[in-house]
Amino acid sequence: MRRGVGAGAIAKKKLAEAKYKERGNVLAEDQIVQMSKQLETFKTHLEEFASKHKQEIRKNPQFRVQFQEMCATIGVDPLASGKGFWSEMLGVGDFYYELGVQIIEVCLALKHRNGGLITLDELHQRVLKGRGKYAQEVSQDDLVRAIKKLKVMGNGFGMIPVGGSYLVQSVPAELNMDHTVVLQLAEKKGYVTVSEIKDSLKWEKERACHVLDHLLKEGLAWLDSQAAGEAQYWLPALFSELTSRDVTPEEANQMTP
Amino acid sequence: MDRFSWSNGLLEINETLVIQQRGVRLYDGDDKAKLDLGVTLLSTHRLIWRDIKNHECCIAMPLSQIIFFEEQAAGIGKSAKIVIHLHPVPANKEPGPYQYSKYSYIKLSFKEHGQIEFYRRLTEEMTKKRWENTPVSQPIPTGTGSQAGKTRAVGIVGIERKIEEKRKETDKNISEAFEDLSKLMVKAKEMVELSRSIANKIKDKQGDITEDETIRFKAYLLSMGIANPVTRETHGSGTHYHLQLAKQLGDMLQAPLEERGGMMALTEVYCLVNRARGMELLSPEDLVNACKMFESLKLPLRLRVFDSGVMVVQLQSHSEEEMIASALDNVSEKGSLTAEEFAKLLGLSVLLSKERLLLAEKMGHLCRDDSVEGLRFYPNLF
Repeated sequence: MRRGVGAGAIAKKKLAEAKYKERGNVLAEDQIVQMSKQLETFKTHLEEFASKHKQEIRKNPQFRVQFQEMCATIGVDPLASGKGFWSEMLGVGDFYYELGVQIIEVCLALKHRNGGLITLDELHQRVLKGRGKYAQEVSQDDLVRAIKKLKVMGNGFGMIPVGGSYLVQSVPAELNMDHTVVLQLAEKKGYVTVSEIKDSLKWEKERACHVLDHLLKEGLAWLDSQAAGEAQYWLPALFSELTSRDVTPEEANQMTP
Repeated sequence: MDRFSWSNGLLEINETLVIQQRGVRLYDGDDKAKLDLGVTLLSTHRLIWRDIKNHECCIAMPLSQIIFFEEQAAGIGKSAKIVIHLHPVPANKEPGPYQYSKYSYIKLSFKEHGQIEFYRRLTEEMTKKRWENTPVSQPIPTGTGSQAGKTRAVGIVGIERKIEEKRKETDKNISEAFEDLSKLMVKAKEMVELSRSIANKIKDKQGDITEDETIRFKAYLLSMGIANPVTRETHGSGTHYHLQLAKQLGDMLQAPLEERGGMMALTEVYCLVNRARGMELLSPEDLVNACKMFESLKLPLRLRVFDSGVMVVQLQSHSEEEMIASALDNVSEKGSLTAEEFAKLLGLSVLLSKERLLLAEKMGHLCRDDSVEGLRFYPNLF
C-alpha cells in the first residue's frame, strides 16, 4: 500500500502523530532512533568484552557453550550473520562458519562409502584430523551448532539420535520415524536383520523389508546375503574405525547389489 | 613432611647408596603421610623415599636437615619407627609433596622390619657427615640436567602439577569472563526487548515508518543477531549488506558455474566462497539471503529449490527446457541411466545429476525403474 503523499496526507500524518504522542506512547520512528543510539553503546561494551575475553571464546569449548546458551535465552543468534557484532568482534562467526565448511567436506568425501550418514564421533575425529594439531580445540557441541546452521542451506543436514549420540545426515534422503528406529536398532552391532526387527519392534515382515529396502536404495545400508543364517543389513555409517578400511568409489559401486 | 622435595631418585656423582629398606610408611609428625608404602633409601647425602607402586613418585631430603633422631619401639599392632627431628625449611627448598607442615619431625614406620640396621647406618652417616666433604651443588638438583637453582618439576607428578596450576589460572580467567559475559547479556537483552517493542508497533501501525527506517531497523537486527519479527516484502529478509553480497556473488560465481554445467549446490557455493575469503566468512544464512536477491537485482543467477529440498544456484542462461532436453538425449543414447552414471557423463555431482533426472521425470520425459539395485531412468515411451 503506497503511503499517501501531498499536503493533505502530511497534515493527516501530523495529526495522527500528535494524537499518538498525546497518549504518552512513543512512536516506532523515535524508538528506532533510540535503538541506534543504544546499539552504539552496546557495541562499545562488546568491544571491551572482546578485548578481555576473545581468547576465551576461541580456546574454551565450555565457554562457547555457555555463551551460546545465554544468547539463546535472551533471543539472540550470534551466528545468524557474519556481519553481526558477535561475529565481527568476538570472532565466533568465523570459528563456526569454517567448521561448517570442514563438516561439509568430510561428509562429501565419505558419501560414497556411507551414503551420507555418519556418526558424530567419526565426524568429530575426521574434522579434528583435518584441522591439524595446531588448530583450536573443537568439541562435539561445536559441531552440533555448526550443523544446525548448515540446515538452512537445504542440503538435508540433520541429526538423528542413536545410541546416546547422533548420526549426522548430509543428504536429503527422506528418513522417517521407521527408518530412524531401525538405525537405532542397528547401532549396537552395525547391522540388523529382518528377524531382529520383527522381534524387537514387533513389526510385520513387510514393514521391516520396506524400511530396509529404502535404506538400501539410498545407499545407507549394504546387504550381506551370504551371512550365516539370514541376510544382514549393514550400515557403513556405524562401522567403527577399527573394523573398516577405506573404500574407493569404484569399489563401492562394485559392492552395491 | 614439608622438608622433602620431589626427586628422580638418581644418585649424584659423589653420592653413594648406604642402605635401603622396603615397606616403609612415612608419617608427618604423628599423622600418616598421604603417601603409600614405599622404599626408603639412605645415601651419603640424602634420605630418599620412593613409592613401591608408582616409581615416578619419589622424594628426597638432604641429611643436613636432620637435627637428631630416635627409635620408637614397636607395640601391639604398631611397627617400629624412627622419629627424625628436622631443621626449619630452607628458603631455597625445591617443591615437594607438602607445602606446609605443622610438625618439625617425621617418622619412618618399618612395616617389614629392618629398622635396627637402618638406625645403625643413619647414625653412622650423621656422624661422618660425608656430604660435607663431597658437596653436590645446593640445593641438590632434582633433574638429570645441568642448570642448578632452576625449579624444575620432573616426572609425571611434575606434569600433573603444571596442569593443575594452569587449570587454576584458567578457572580464574573463566569466572571473570563469565561475570563479564553475564553483564553483557543483560545489555543485549535490553536491545532485544527494544526491537520487539518496535516490531509490535510496526505491526499495530503505531507510527508510520519509512522504507528507509525499515532498512535501518533490519540492519540493526542483523548486527545484534535478532530474528526479524516483521517481514516486509520490499527487500525480503535481506538488508543492504545482503544486496552488496549478492552483487559480489554474481561476479564471483560466473566462472565456477560455467565450469560445472551451470549449476552448483548451495553447500558447494558456501565452501567455495568461504575458502576463497579466508576470513570474515559468510554465515549460511547470509548466503541464502543474498542468493534470494538475485532476481530482484536482475543478476544472471537464480536460487532454486528442488522438491527434495536441495538448494542450488544456477545460471539464468541455463534454460530448463535445454537441461531437460539434453538429459533426455543422454538417457536415450545410453538406453538408461542412473544418477551416478549421468554424473560421470556430465562431470556433475551425483546430487545435482539426480535432481536433473528427477526434473525430466517430472516433466514426463523420463520414467523410473526403482529397485533395490538403484534408481534407473528410461526414456518415457508412454
